[in-house]
Amino acid sequence: MDNDEKWDLIIKPAGSLNFNLKELLHYKFLMYLFVKRDFVTYYKQTILGPLWYIIQPLLTTLVFTVIFGNIAKIPTDGIPTTVFYLIGITFWGLFSESMSSTSNIFVTNAQIFGKVYFPRLTVPIARITSNYIKFFIQLVLFFGFYFYFLFFTQYMKPNLYLLFVPLICIQFSIIAFGIGIIISSLTTKYRDLQFVVTFGVQLWMYATPVIYPLSNIPSKWLWVFIINPIAYPMELLKYAFTGQGIVNFTYLGISFGTSILLLIVGLFNFNKVEKDFMDRV
Amino acid sequence: MSKTVIKVENLFKEYHLGNIGYGTLREDLSTWWAKVRGKEDPNSLIGHTKTITNKILESHFLALNDVSFEIKEGEAVGIVGKNGAGKSTLLKLLSRITYPTSGSIKVRGRISSLLEVGTGFHPELTGRENIYLNGAILGMKKYEIDKKIDEIIDFSGIEKFIDTPVKRYSSGMYVRLAFAVAAHLESDILILDEVLAVGDAEFQKKCLGKMDDVTRNQGRTILFVSHNMSAVQNLCSKGILLEKGAIQTQGSIDEIFETYNLNTHHQQCIKLDERIDRTGNGQLKFTNIQLINANNQIINSVLPNEKITIRVHFRINKVININNVKINICIDNFYGARIAVISTDNDVNFTTNFNNDFISRGYIDFTFPKINIIPGNYTIVLYSTVNNELSDWIKNDALTFSINEFDYYESGKTSANGHGYIFLDYKIK
Repeated sequence: MDNDEKWDLIIKPAGSLNFNLKELLHYKFLMYLFVKRDFVTYYKQTILGPLWYIIQPLLTTLVFTVIFGNIAKIPTDGIPTTVFYLIGITFWGLFSESMSSTSNIFVTNAQIFGKVYFPRLTVPIARITSNYIKFFIQLVLFFGFYFYFLFFTQYMKPNLYLLFVPLICIQFSIIAFGIGIIISSLTTKYRDLQFVVTFGVQLWMYATPVIYPLSNIPSKWLWVFIINPIAYPMELLKYAFTGQGIVNFTYLGISFGTSILLLIVGLFNFNKVEKDFMDRV
Repeated sequence: MSKTVIKVENLFKEYHLGNIGYGTLREDLSTWWAKVRGKEDPNSLIGHTKTITNKILESHFLALNDVSFEIKEGEAVGIVGKNGAGKSTLLKLLSRITYPTSGSIKVRGRISSLLEVGTGFHPELTGRENIYLNGAILGMKKYEIDKKIDEIIDFSGIEKFIDTPVKRYSSGMYVRLAFAVAAHLESDILILDEVLAVGDAEFQKKCLGKMDDVTRNQGRTILFVSHNMSAVQNLCSKGILLEKGAIQTQGSIDEIFETYNLNTHHQQCIKLDERIDRTGNGQLKFTNIQLINANNQIINSVLPNEKITIRVHFRINKVININNVKINICIDNFYGARIAVISTDNDVNFTTNFNNDFISRGYIDFTFPKINIIPGNYTIVLYSTVNNELSDWIKNDALTFSINEFDYYESGKTSANGHGYIFLDYKIK
């Protein structure tokens, strides 16, 4: 007999929030396949294959070393420029790539989203995961250089703050995910924002201690780094690996709080937009 | 009594017409502001107690208008209607592609929908990898696909190429693989779009057969959305007829079929000039359409070998150049399949043969030495552009006519059912 209470699924107008974690788990195999697809198709029909993941940061480091280190002579707290830039580029890369790749979910997937339902969150989650694979490959390169400088020079003073490194990686992903899905949601109707993303990421890098140390910044500009949630964690990373840098737990706390806030705002926004964005895209 | 698996209650879906730009931003802000103050949305058709301004009426459109129905377990239900009746919208809501503006849909059991085959196929991945990806997108779990992978590959009939990237496939192989995954989808409720109308006929039949099998033997519920009446009649026992976003009739599929045909006939009684179910800027407007035989009589039924003329009358609202006019006549059969399109564009001498007198004359004749279509009921769609802009388009039944049974080949037999769409002239030696 009919029991009005027992429905497996109720489709109601958009506006009501519902996070269906169980459903998301049902699709974990799909997420795995998305990650695999991203990874495999990236280097299909290339000779160097996954090596391309390494060539990119290697060349960037080379360019930075020549331009910012040798020509502009920006100080690096006494750390060898190669390692200094490589730390910045590797970890900044994790953040920026995660953010750009999650910032156009709806528009780039409109074709497939318009034909079949599956939890839309699977896509940004898979993207973030794909970026970790790339990141781990790049870490191999980073550690190659790092161990060389650790064992053959006196500059590197690793310390217990290294324990924070995985946490900071997760924090970077959370921020990237949060901002990425906010931009994704906002660009469904008004596409203006997507033009901002490309150069916005670049500007953001210059507002983060990637190619210069925080100690080099005049105090009147410090507020920029306090509101930038990436800045102090980045500086902590540098300190953990080299023993040079500024560690400030108040500002790290602010940065952590901002990350969580971005995640929550992002999730709410996404949840609302995923329901009827097809009418607007 | 079997239980209800889908319950749709007072479903509305509103769409916004026109472009997104500065104007929509202003509207969004006013909607938001009304919400903040707890007032009604000034930019919606739904839930208005006060009068609706013309501006809203112009820019908003109700694709579904208070639709309610129930579907019981194990039923195969066809959702039919003309173009723009709301079928696709209903389909999108049921598949959770988009959400209703108000009302609700309640579902019992696992629901999956096929609006397209091969969704998410990646050209770089192999056939096998794509089976997994496509299956997962459709909601299958890993073990389910593992269990069925051999069956799917077997069904598709392309074992040899299964580990080749699908970008190397012919389009036929691609479609077969996509269909094979779709046919093995396991769910309590399956929603099917007209996707099944593509692909080669033989394989299509195999898929439909497989799905029919599942419905009968495993008690699966099927919703089939189509304007192809013959396909609906084959697969479904019940039907829902939609018109202008609302349910017109629901009941057994035969009843639905009758009503559908009756509607079409009614439409005919309204003069073309006064019909409002048309789109276009009206620069050229169709006013009448007639079927004329060799004796200059206006008729409604013809024989396949008769010489006939389709005369299309029109009115011009502004002086235009004959060079820029295009008029299309599309002939559809009653199951929605397009038999032919005849266009002034196909006649390279159109503009030289018809000078501007043609415009003042006010009609154009398309003459067929023989119409060569098999007996049955047909309907005509009229379409015209002026300066490449749509000027008039009557999407449904500008004219309906029938072609009578006839011994075309003089063999002493009339044409058998299911023998295609047209008569070809041929000789056997």
